[in-house]
Amino acid sequence: MRVERIINETNDEFPIGIRVLAVDDDPTCLLLLETLLRRCKYNVTTTNQAITALKLLRQNKFDLVICDVHMPDMDGFKLLELVGLEMDLPVIMLSANGDTNVVMKGITHGACDYLLKPVRIEELNNIWQHVVRRKRFERKDRYNSNSQDKLRADSGEAVGMGSIGNNGKLKKKRKDQDEDEERDENGHHNNEDPSIRKKPRVVWSAELHSKFVAAVNQLGMKNATPKKILELMNVEKLTTQNKFRLYLKRISCAANQQVNIAAAVRMRSPNGLGNFHTLAGSNQLHNAAFRSFPPRGVLGRLNTHAGLLIRGLPSRGTIRSGHGQSSVNFGNDQSKLQSFVSGIHNANILQGLPMSLELDQVQTNNGVSHIGELPIADSTTVFPVSSSLIDATITGFSGNPLLGVTSHSLMLEASSQQAGNSRDIVPAIGFRNGNTSSDFAPLAPASNRESNADLQCEPIPINCNAGELITSAPQEWNSPYQSNVTPCSMNSSIPVSGTMVQFGLCLDQNNSMDSDSIGPSSFIDNSAMEQSIIDKEGYLMLEPWEQGSHIPYNIGLLEDLWELQ
Amino acid sequence: MEVGQMQRRLVDYTKSLFMEGFLDAQFLQLQQLQDESNPDFVVEVVSLFFDDSEKLLNDLTMALDQPNVDFKKVDAHVHQLKGSSSSIGAQRVKNACIAFRSFCEEQNIDATLRCLQQVKQEYYLVKNKLETMLRLEQQIVAAGGSIPMIELGF
Repeated sequence: MRVERIINETNDEFPIGIRVLAVDDDPTCLLLLETLLRRCKYNVTTTNQAITALKLLRQNKFDLVICDVHMPDMDGFKLLELVGLEMDLPVIMLSANGDTNVVMKGITHGACDYLLKPVRIEELNNIWQHVVRRKRFERKDRYNSNSQDKLRADSGEAVGMGSIGNNGKLKKKRKDQDEDEERDENGHHNNEDPSIRKKPRVVWSAELHSKFVAAVNQLGMKNATPKKILELMNVEKLTTQNKFRLYLKRISCAANQQVNIAAAVRMRSPNGLGNFHTLAGSNQLHNAAFRSFPPRGVLGRLNTHAGLLIRGLPSRGTIRSGHGQSSVNFGNDQSKLQSFVSGIHNANILQGLPMSLELDQVQTNNGVSHIGELPIADSTTVFPVSSSLIDATITGFSGNPLLGVTSHSLMLEASSQQAGNSRDIVPAIGFRNGNTSSDFAPLAPASNRESNADLQCEPIPINCNAGELITSAPQEWNSPYQSNVTPCSMNSSIPVSGTMVQFGLCLDQNNSMDSDSIGPSSFIDNSAMEQSIIDKEGYLMLEPWEQGSHIPYNIGLLEDLWELQ
Repeated sequence: MEVGQMQRRLVDYTKSLFMEGFLDAQFLQLQQLQDESNPDFVVEVVSLFFDDSEKLLNDLTMALDQPNVDFKKVDAHVHQLKGSSSSIGAQRVKNACIAFRSFCEEQNIDATLRCLQQVKQEYYLVKNKLETMLRLEQQIVAAGGSIPMIELGF
């Protein structure tokens, strides 16, 4: 599988020879550090000044930076931020001071680790893991970039995040988005609506943030739609995409059990923007814990905890509630999906989900990694969710009675109809808050089109304490893939912050998906997607999950489910 | 004195340093990092420590000598000294630094002055001991012997 190959490649390289830059003004410690690092077989460069360090970083390629907290010419935290912003490298802080608050400061500023002096060689032996983690994200992104243009609706977000200066957590996102941006700047995506202009950068300041929180609280979980929040916040030029998803992510990170991340993906009416926002966060917003949780910290956690990040493909302009815009780029989605696939491993970033379902912290032990194995067989496969989102009829949003206050479940159905194949794949992604496990009724496919196959989208409710991502497989497949489909079961309970994600995959016979591209049929052909979805209605169903018992799922299912032949 | 004897003396001496708390396990790590590719590592690090510490102690003396003591600065110096002493395993120096820092927080001039004296004392002691030890090692090497590895039972 592609993903596995990536992992293997990485393993071959590391940890020998990774390029480490060590910065410490104390010559004794610096020499000691250098020697220890050399002993670990790393490639070490040292300097005792932060300014020199930055210069070196700009001129040369490094994999990892270790720096002392207390330095005369620049504060270690400042250096940390700068490195994160500019070079996006993992940074490890070093100090003789092990007070919790200082360590916390390091983490919130984005350090991926914090070591105490005197440093022991055992600890240094393990620092390569931080490099690997980054590289995996990077590779995932490279996959994406190899495919067609990605939608870049996140530019605002990226910017906003960048402005916060969070290194660790944002790094990953930033990196992705930076890549996106670069691609964008070379002329926009063909698929993108020409009317979409690059939005001016919005700086997500603490002030905005508190406004945001206040607005959400005011609106209440049900009504906290991006639009309304925006209105309440009354901030000029702030678009709903900014921060919303990320904030939700943070929230989901912060809250553990209670996280009622109702992944509410909302699709704007076709204005070419097709923004996706997760309302889910609104539930979370009520959790005071979130508010107190510094956004950075959360995001930092995202990276460090390899939370499952379902990055929606917000509004990438390609998803239009569309009408026949074949330009809907599943290419973008696909790239996302690919990255999603490849990224599942630790980072659990589900890209390609047009929903910005902030299921952070879906920590895969085994589970999500399976998701990661979603093979994106060919460029035409797109994560089905996105297709469903095309349908601007995401029902159940604000005002939808289905949206329970405390539990939201978002079910995305995407069905795609590919010309030719007789299979439709309708993935249903359900996100559920809390612990109910109500089964989804068979998804739209049944309603949307006639499926020859015995299509059963039986979303298997997945109970995520922390947002487990679970896919449910259709019970029956009438396709050659049938054998591959097994009921979703999560082997390990993914400690996602209280959200349940449910993927329902329904295979339809009508889909013209290429055989090799079908994993759990979560891939939908671009062309097929739009048509079918556009025609379909009400794909996005929000269903309130009953508050019920926690139903852990076997993620193992996912594996089976998603495995490509 | 023949090599064997010198080696025994070295071992005993080094052990006593550990027993008396002048050095801790971190110093062992330093010794283990020394090998053929890095034969003078311990000497290097220790020398660096000496130079750096003397500078820090001077800065500390000056800082505490001011009419208006800048405790933040004092604390920063002590923090640094603590870091480097812990890195080479100079345990008593490190402990003295820890005490020093807590008095800095209290902004207690008298106590901090006393602490400074304490730190200086410990520093010169350990400097003395280390120099003796290193000299012994040099003699052994000069006589063709190898430096025995210390195994600590504690």
